Amino acid sequence: MALLTCRDLSLGYDGRVIAHGINFSVESGDYLCVVGENGSGKSTLMKTILGLLPPIGGEIVTGDGLKHTEIGYLPQQTEVQKDFPASVWEIVLSGCGNRMGSRPFYNKEDKERARSNIERMRISHLVKRCYRELSGGQQQRVLLARALCATTKLLVLDEPVAGLDPVVTAEMYELIDELNKKDGITVIMISHDIAAALKYADHILHVSGNVFFGTTEEYKNSGEALAFLKGGENK
Amino acid sequence: MIDKFEKLSLYLQFSFVQYALIVGVLIAICSSLLGVTLVLKRFSFIGDGLSHVAFGAMAIAAVVGLTNDMPLILAVTTASAILLLRTGQNTKIKGDAAVAMISVGALAIGYLLMNVFSKSSNVSGDVCSTLFGSVSILTLTVTEVWLSVILSAVVFIVFILFYNKIFSVTFDENFAKATGVKTGLYNLLIAVVIAVIIVLAMNLVGSLLISALVIFPALSAMRVFKSFRAVTVCSAVFSVFAAGLGILIAIMFGTPVGSTIVGTDIVGFLIFFLIGTFTKSKA
Ligand SMILES: Nc1ncnc2c1ncn2[C@@H]1O[C@H](COP(=O)(O)OP(=O)(O)O)[C@@H](O)[C@H]1O
Ligand SMILES: [Mg+2]
Repeated sequence: MALLTCRDLSLGYDGRVIAHGINFSVESGDYLCVVGENGSGKSTLMKTILGLLPPIGGEIVTGDGLKHTEIGYLPQQTEVQKDFPASVWEIVLSGCGNRMGSRPFYNKEDKERARSNIERMRISHLVKRCYRELSGGQQQRVLLARALCATTKLLVLDEPVAGLDPVVTAEMYELIDELNKKDGITVIMISHDIAAALKYADHILHVSGNVFFGTTEEYKNSGEALAFLKGGENK
Repeated sequence: MIDKFEKLSLYLQFSFVQYALIVGVLIAICSSLLGVTLVLKRFSFIGDGLSHVAFGAMAIAAVVGLTNDMPLILAVTTASAILLLRTGQNTKIKGDAAVAMISVGALAIGYLLMNVFSKSSNVSGDVCSTLFGSVSILTLTVTEVWLSVILSAVVFIVFILFYNKIFSVTFDENFAKATGVKTGLYNLLIAVVIAVIIVLAMNLVGSLLISALVIFPALSAMRVFKSFRAVTVCSAVFSVFAAGLGILIAIMFGTPVGSTIVGTDIVGFLIFFLIGTFTKSKA
């Protein structure tokens, strides 16, 4: 059974449909890239998958023992976080919220988990630093470590490289690829960067206009890709 | 100056002054705890609105002739907090308007009621002291002191128990919700705690100045400290100092308690602002 399946999904806000007819499934170990123009509803799709928004139509089914609350999420940056006084340690630890249940405090296991994910993201030297004073790339690593505390199975990343310089972007992609290939974590990533999508992903979901879903090879030969690539070149 | 201190040490032996200090310090701690959350979640406007609701409720209690008005005010303010949060969540702009409507409405009705029905000869004095809290902190009854102690303890314990959840909900509500944290419930909890704090703080600084008590410690601590825990602890300490000092100054010089406390808060904020600027430019 697939880890995550969306059947005939319609999504949007307050009953207003933004995208519809979305069908795809993600198997354990897949690397799926979601592409599409700005405003086409990629972030909305993520929020719907995460259960932050109810779907307007269709259904989302999880399998392979994945619980809805066990998805690691890297959001597009929000305003609040920018001036929030929080240390790296506090933020990463908060990723263990789903294992905490109604327990009021984090236990040893949670702290161990946070520590190992901090090491995994190679930010051990930053634990005591204030999040808002870090560089963009460092901030993303912190949020990725937090997401890894919440999941061992599925990572959902919303434009993880937005605003990063080329070198840091490449590092971030490598890091994500390593999590997928080495640790077997399934990845769903939203990206503007079609070249990176084609390079790293094994499946592509194209929202906006005609919805496309298939392997990266199939996508390269489809009409959506050609139109989208042209649009990209014009920028 | 010497006789000022003599006056102070004499006053400190009075039970009403001791009560004021105890209750003042407790309220200061409670009101500062949620400050960071309120500031960052843009909830401070709810605090403002609620304090006006509390004023309206107090006026009603006075008209009905309740001797112990705290339970009524508490109930009305908590209900309004829940209501405001609900409307605020649905649609943002309408939520803001709802807060403005309720707060201005409560303020006007409260004043109207006090004017029409009050048996007191000094209505504007009463109104002024409710709004700016000039004397109520110095006229606490033993029951009120106990009620304040118990409510403060409850607020403090709730905050400690839910500290990690409050952090998650404040830092990134979407992430918290996606990973199964019951964000709706915790937002509700935050609103109820705010309501309790406001009712408590009304005695100390009056309903118009409550926001200052909530916001100044948090903003000051945020200038200097870099982790949520350090900011929270610092806000509480800052608030206790400002409130304690404010009450003592008010007693020594006969100034109104509420505005004196806010005055010390402002001075404290300026100091922290300078420290923050200095340490940042050095780094
Ligand atoms: N909270 C919201 N309420 C209503 N409409 C929204 C909200 N957030 C986004 N939208 C709208 O939904 C559409 C899709 O947005 P989004 O999913 O963020 O696009 P993408 O991530 O693909 O750039 C946009 O037209 C946007 O204006
Ligand atoms: Mg987006």
